[in-house]
Order: sequence, then C-alpha cells, then structure tokens
Amino acid sequence: MNTIRTYDKVVWSTCNVNCGSRCPVRLFVKAGRVVRIESDNTGDDASRPHEIRACLRGRGLRRWVYSKDRLQHPLKRIGKRGEGRFERISWDQALDTIATELERILKQYGNEAVFRIYGTGNLGGVVSSRDQVDRLMHILGGRLNLHNSYSTAQIYHAMHYTYGEKETGNNISDLVNSKLAVFFGNNPAETRMCGGGTVRDLVVAKQQSGVRIIVIDPRHTDTAAGFADEWIPIRPGTDAALAGGLAHVLITEGLVDQGFLDSHCLGYDQATMPLDIPPGNSYKAYILGDGPDRTPKTPEWAAPITGIPARRITRLAREIGTARPAYITQGWGPQRHAAGEQSARAICMLPILSGNVGVPGGNSGDREGPFGIPFPGIPVGDNPVKTSIPCFMWTKAIEKPGNLTALNGGLRGRERLTTPIKFIWNFASNTLINQHSDINRTKEILRDEKKCEMIVVIDNMMTASARFADILLPATSSFEESDLCYQSYGMELGTLIMRQKAIEPLGESRTLFDICAQVAKRMGVAENFTEGRNHDQWVEYMYHQCRKVKPELPENYRDAVETGIFKWARPGEPRVGLKEFRNNPVSNPLNTPSGKIEIFSPRLWDMAQTWELPKGDVITALPEYHPTWGNLDPERSPMYPLQCIGHHYKQRTHSTYDNNPWLEEAAPQMVWMNPLDARQRGIHHGDTVRIFNTFGQTMVRAKVTPRIMPGVLSLPQGAWHREVAGGVDANGSINVLTSQRPSPIAKGNPQHTNLVQVEKYQEKS
Amino acid sequence: MLKRPAFYLDTQICTGCKTCIIACKDKHDLPAGVRWRRVVEFTGGDWDCLPDGTFSQNVFAYYISVSCNHCQDPVCVKACPSKAMHQDDHGIVTVDPEKCVGCRYCEWVCPYSAPQFDKKLGRMTKCDFCREDLQQGTPPACVAGCPTRALQFGEYDQLVAEHGSDPPMIPMPPTALTEPSFVLETHRDAQLEHTRKGTIGNPEEVKDA
Repeated sequence: MNTIRTYDKVVWSTCNVNCGSRCPVRLFVKAGRVVRIESDNTGDDASRPHEIRACLRGRGLRRWVYSKDRLQHPLKRIGKRGEGRFERISWDQALDTIATELERILKQYGNEAVFRIYGTGNLGGVVSSRDQVDRLMHILGGRLNLHNSYSTAQIYHAMHYTYGEKETGNNISDLVNSKLAVFFGNNPAETRMCGGGTVRDLVVAKQQSGVRIIVIDPRHTDTAAGFADEWIPIRPGTDAALAGGLAHVLITEGLVDQGFLDSHCLGYDQATMPLDIPPGNSYKAYILGDGPDRTPKTPEWAAPITGIPARRITRLAREIGTARPAYITQGWGPQRHAAGEQSARAICMLPILSGNVGVPGGNSGDREGPFGIPFPGIPVGDNPVKTSIPCFMWTKAIEKPGNLTALNGGLRGRERLTTPIKFIWNFASNTLINQHSDINRTKEILRDEKKCEMIVVIDNMMTASARFADILLPATSSFEESDLCYQSYGMELGTLIMRQKAIEPLGESRTLFDICAQVAKRMGVAENFTEGRNHDQWVEYMYHQCRKVKPELPENYRDAVETGIFKWARPGEPRVGLKEFRNNPVSNPLNTPSGKIEIFSPRLWDMAQTWELPKGDVITALPEYHPTWGNLDPERSPMYPLQCIGHHYKQRTHSTYDNNPWLEEAAPQMVWMNPLDARQRGIHHGDTVRIFNTFGQTMVRAKVTPRIMPGVLSLPQGAWHREVAGGVDANGSINVLTSQRPSPIAKGNPQHTNLVQVEKYQEKS
Repeated sequence: MLKRPAFYLDTQICTGCKTCIIACKDKHDLPAGVRWRRVVEFTGGDWDCLPDGTFSQNVFAYYISVSCNHCQDPVCVKACPSKAMHQDDHGIVTVDPEKCVGCRYCEWVCPYSAPQFDKKLGRMTKCDFCREDLQQGTPPACVAGCPTRALQFGEYDQLVAEHGSDPPMIPMPPTALTEPSFVLETHRDAQLEHTRKGTIGNPEEVKDA
C-alpha cells in the first residue's frame, strides 16, 4: 500500500505568484504536513468553466514551502548591511524595533520618507496582500506612492498616449474569428502557462479554427514551438523599425483602411493632423520619407536593423493587409526596453492601419484582453501623501532625491522630490536586490546605512533581498493561512477560491496581517487598523464583500468553504476591445484629449519640448524608430558585441520558486546561445560560461540552440543572485548585467536592453 | 480497468511545460535524479547570415513527454536477471522491490530510459501508470495535470483507431523494437527519418546526471 495515498484531509489552496493565472490547488494533509498536491478537478473539463490546471510551479509548491531556505524566526542584522549575518530575536524585540524606527523616521523626515517597495512574490490573496502595509501606512499619515510596474511600465504609457485606455485587447479566444494572428513577443506558453488560462484558451482557439499564427521574437519560444506556423526572429528592441517597414508596404500598396484612419484616428495623414502642428509631421509623411528625417521607412531600410530580410517584411505586410480580420498582439517583452514605449506604440500601428481595431477577430495591438469578476480587495484608505515615483526610480529616490523631478524622472505630485527614502517595507519582494536593475550598484546604494536607514523584509525565504534586511521577519506561506483568492488577468474565467489553512505556521512565522496589526498597536492605531477583526475574521468579512458582487455565493461562509471553489464562465462571445468606440467614435470617444486614436500624440509632442532627457534618448509624437544606447554598435562598444535579453522561464515566476529543486531539475538555469556565436568562442552545450559587461558578470551553463538568433543571448530572468568572490554572480542572475537608466516616457525598467560579451569560463588553477 | 492502458500525446500542442514531470514527482515523492517522466526537446535547423545583416533560417522544435510505455514486448523484463521486472495482465510493467538488485540492466536496454535508478534505495523504480488510480477509474497524475490536455490515456486499440499509428517521430525509437503502448500525434515539424538534422536540445534534463 502506497502510504501517501492515506491522508487526513484535503483542503483548497492557491498558487499566489505573479504570472497572472492564480491557480487553485488541492493540498493533501497528513499528520500536519502536506504530502501531495493535485489540481482543480471540478466541473466538466470539456466545456467552460473548465478545470484550472496549475502548471509545474503550482504543482511543485510542496518542495518550496518546506525548503531549507524557509525563514522560521525573526532576525536582526548584526554585520554590515548585506553581509547576511543575523541573530535570532523575539517577535517583541523585532516589532518594538520597527515601531521605534518608524516613529523616529516619520518624525524626523515625514511620511514621504517611507516606501513600500514594488513586489509581487505573494499576489492574489485578499487579506494576505501587500495592501496591508499600505493600509497601515495610510492610517499613519501616508507613504511615498509608486506608479507603473516592472512588468508593463512602457506599454502602459504607450496605450495611454495612443488609446487613452487600459486593457484594450480582444480575448485570446477571439482567435477563432481571425484569419491571421501575429504575436510580437507574446509567449503565453511560458508566461501564462496555467491550464485554466491563456495557453489553454489558445490551444482551443487554434484547434477550432486552425488560424495561421506568426510569432515574431528573438527567441523560438515554446509558444512558437507549440503554435506558430512561422517564426520570424527579430533583433531585440527593433520592433518599431519592423513596424515602419510593414507600414511602408501597407501604405504604398493601398492596403490601409483609409476610412477608419479618417474617422477614428488623429495624425495618420495631413487631413487629420492637429492644426497647430507644422506640416510634414504626420505618420504617413514619416513613413514615406516626407517628414523631417527625409528617410522612407522601406522594408530595405528596416531589414538590416531588424535582421529580417526585406522580402519577408514585404510578404508579412501583404499578409497583414489582406487577412481580415487579423489578430495582432504583443506581449510585454518588446516594451521592456530602452525605448519600449515606442516599440509598443509602433506595433499598435499595424492593426490601426489595417483597420483591425475594435472588431471580432481583430485586436488593438495590445496583449490579449482579460475577463474577470470585479471582486474587492481590502480597503486601504486614502494616502494623504500625493507624491509618487515610478516604481523603478526608487534607488534614485534614496541616493539623489533632489535630482528626481517631474521632468527628468516622471515624478508626480511634486516638481522635485524633497525627501529621500529612509524606511523601506519589503514584503514578498525580491525587487530590493534581485529583480531591480544593476545589482552591484543597488547593493552599493543600500550598503550606505546613512542613506536608507531602515529596511524591514517580510518574506518566506532567505532571498538576495532578505540578506539586505535590518529586521527580517518570517511570513506564513499560502499553506499556513486562510484567505480568499480570485482570478487574475491571465484568464478568461471568473474564480473565487476559499483558501484554507492547511498546516500550522512553520517555526515562528506570522501572517502579514498579524505583523501589521502588532506594529499598529505599538503606534497607537490598533483599532483603526484591525477594525476589531483578526485575520480569519477579515477573511470572512471580505467573503461577504465578495457576495455583494456575486449574490449567488452561499450566504454562510462555512458553506462556501465546504464548496472550496467557485468558477464562472465568460458569458457570451469573446470580448472585443474598443468595440463601442469602433462602432461609433463620436458617441463613444476614447479617453485621449481628442477622443480618437492618437497616432500623432499632441501630449508627447509637448513632452518632447519640455522633458529633460539624457543624450541619446528621444520622445516623439509619432511611433518612430530611433536607435538607443542598447543597439549594437561596433564602433561605440566593440567590447560587448551581443545583445542579452532575459525571457520569463517556466522554472519560476520572476524569482519566486527559484529555490525549488524539482523545478531546477526539470528546467535548469542556462543561457540560450546560437551555435554560430558559440562556435566562434569555442563554447559547447553545457559548458559554464561567463557573461559580462560594464555592470557586472555572471556565470551560468550554456544552452547552445538554434532557437535563438545569432548575436543574441537570452538569460532567463529571476534566478537568485549568488555572489561569489569579487562581486561575480554564480547563478545566472541577469540583473548584474542590466542598467538603471530608465526608458524616456514611462521611466520604466529596460531590462531586455543589454550589451554583453560571453566567453567560456576557465577555472583558475 | 482498461485491457491495455496506453498514453497518447498530441505533440502539436505539447509546449514542453513539464507539469507532467512535477505532478509525477509530487505524487510518487521522487527524489532529484529519479525521473519517471521526462520531456525531450528535439530541435534543429540552420541559419544563413545574409550580406545585408539579415538572416534566413528553418528552425523547428517540438517536445515529447515520455514515461514508461508499458511495452507489449518489454525488453526490460527480458533483460532482468532477477525477475524483478515483470508485467501484469494489463501490460503494466513494474519492479518488484524485493527482487531488484539494482544491476541497472533494464535501464541500459530500455530505449526510452524508463527504469530509473534510485541511489538511496539502491534499486530501480519506475512509472506504474498510477495503477491504483486506473483501478479506480481516475487518470494518472501526469494526464490529470496536463495544462494543454496534450497528454491523455486510454485503451490502446481505441487510441490507435482514433489517432492512427504514425511512424515514430525522431528521437523516438522504432516501435517494432518493443511495441510501446504509446500513441503519438505527429508534430507538423516532426522528423520521421533523417531528412533534416536535429538534436536533443535538453540532454541535461533527460539523461542521467
């Protein structure tokens, strides 16, 4: 008899990371330990709502929760910051220290000195959410706000200036109505790989319609392997040049939807240009070479920039121009670049020119649109502080706050930042070290204990960021606290999962709610914070708030727990983004100043005159292609002749789960390298290589594969930084190679824009 | 219980996600290095660097998730000197832990590397098709967990009737060797003979460490 087949109970739980899927899992518990995990098995899998099958990451949770890296006791730093030397202290000592320091810093510097750093390592739980920190700080008079995300900063701004709307995409299921699909850097098979989410819907749509799918990506992704009829490799960061070449063919061969451009868009040609702009600045003029640069954006112009033969560009343009409707979409890879805003806007030009926006089977050029039920989060209250920094700019806000302004750093609410960040709340975040750019520089900034004076880390694991804590607190994992979780953006299903505490907290771990409540008590705001509820009572309270959205949920909380999971199929036909606008742009204008699609953005035109940019950066009113500091330039950077991107990897979600040995065995950390580049350097598959540039160096094994284009490396992002002698990373952690220089408009992270060199690692004898 | 349970894999929609591997590891509590299920990445294609700085290429890749195929003619059973490796009435091949001496002959002869040596136990272990689940009419862990529904199971004859029995894709060995209970839907880029070059792209994941 297989002993693991006997168990005491099965409870519903969730995988709470930031892939956008939020999968349910069933935990089999025996003698206080989780001994097995299974997926959702409810409903009829053949029809919606189908089973939500967790991917390998959710299925491997057991090895993560019981990892040797689990934090079990409150710790206090004893060495220099970042050395990783700690001593065990009591919860009272830890909480007293936090309250005392927080009070001192609030008094000495004010509320703008307190920052809850961006982080998504524990996402999707309602009561276990990072929102608890924000709620506490808002009660205490506020905290420095942040805007943008590390996922979508550039595309968010691109969509804002083009469409004035968020989430403008059609559902991926709408592919059944398409004649052609073009995926720019969109890779659901590795980024939204849950069997309830996008990849499942993509399988169904492809099987039903056989729609031709073209994947454009520097890497032959698993989406390309699984679904693409054709893969077109492109040099990283050059999507806007490809879009220009495609647009030239569409325009010169009469394949544009002139009626749509006239009625729905601003600035395609002179007829729809704003009156106060000098002639020659329309999109058409830019493409045909009648604009200020006098350069026609022909396929022959785009070819050497993108690495795609001109004939292929011409053929692709004809495909896009004649397949009606065409589903043209982009993932978030093309935008996570030095000029990512322009790439994202330029890709949108293809559905705009071909009139594929707002129609069934078409798409706006945005990523596939979600479907969800608007369940509430905990009330966080108003933040009395209105100052907000782009989330990527926090190191500058520590180091040189006076140099961070609205015009040079995207600061909001103030012209210039007046208060440095002095206190960091770091909950379930590895952004403090691992996921921010330029790890070596970040470390240097944080090592100065006079600059940021207090760092509180609350996490499950001893991460690279946790090593920089002054006070390090062990948090409960998803197995150890009850909560509610609902669907996220990577699904076309509504869900509500009644997560139940499966096991007792490991060691002295506590919930985030309990930690915040204890700090609140010491600061004299306990009642405001808790409203008289404990963690479990908050869960039950929030359940009843969810019932207001879906009244068919059981009246009794215990009955809902008994059921465990609720799922709602997306009703009716797949969502068509911007449908109302398409049908009647006059009565349903967009949220842009003109109410139209702003191909020419007057707002960007003005910003181009006023914003202060470093040499080489540009803001343009049109979605133009301009080379950036990340382009290959043999004259300027002969030492670093390769581009290095960092794809999202199935082994982990960002940096969460990187320490799971099952996942590491199934999907080891390796850098992808084309055989042509490897041969030149005498590198063979499996060799350890050294990748380096001016920012740092890392060692990792090589995956020599034709599935990446020559001249490009892809080092999967999120591997845990492990420093060995001399500041070298020994675990393939890409952010020792990335730059803190922000993108021009969003001030977002350009973490796919990197120039590097690679060589075979020779162990010194 | 099925007469001859068999796995079916639609390689057109297998994205190599490896959830099957982890579902198997979790259910059977397998240590690192013991891989009852493996996912082979097969890839190939050539790059041409053109004078204008552009490229042409014919790159392809596909994934095949493989466990034990519970062959009708199991070479592992034939090769086992201690008669530990045996086959039940349904064709399911398992190891008798009392008899196995860990000589690893089965591992060497199996063209799919299905029997796995567990260093700690000092003997072989392998996929048992989640026999207990099959007896209760529920799918094996790997099948139940497959996000794209590429991996299925069923009665061998029915699967063949439904999907045909295509010649095996490279790098799968000829079926005549062992008569595997494994039906494959062929990938559009499948290499059937040595028509195009290709290699296993992830040797470190599928071969013994």
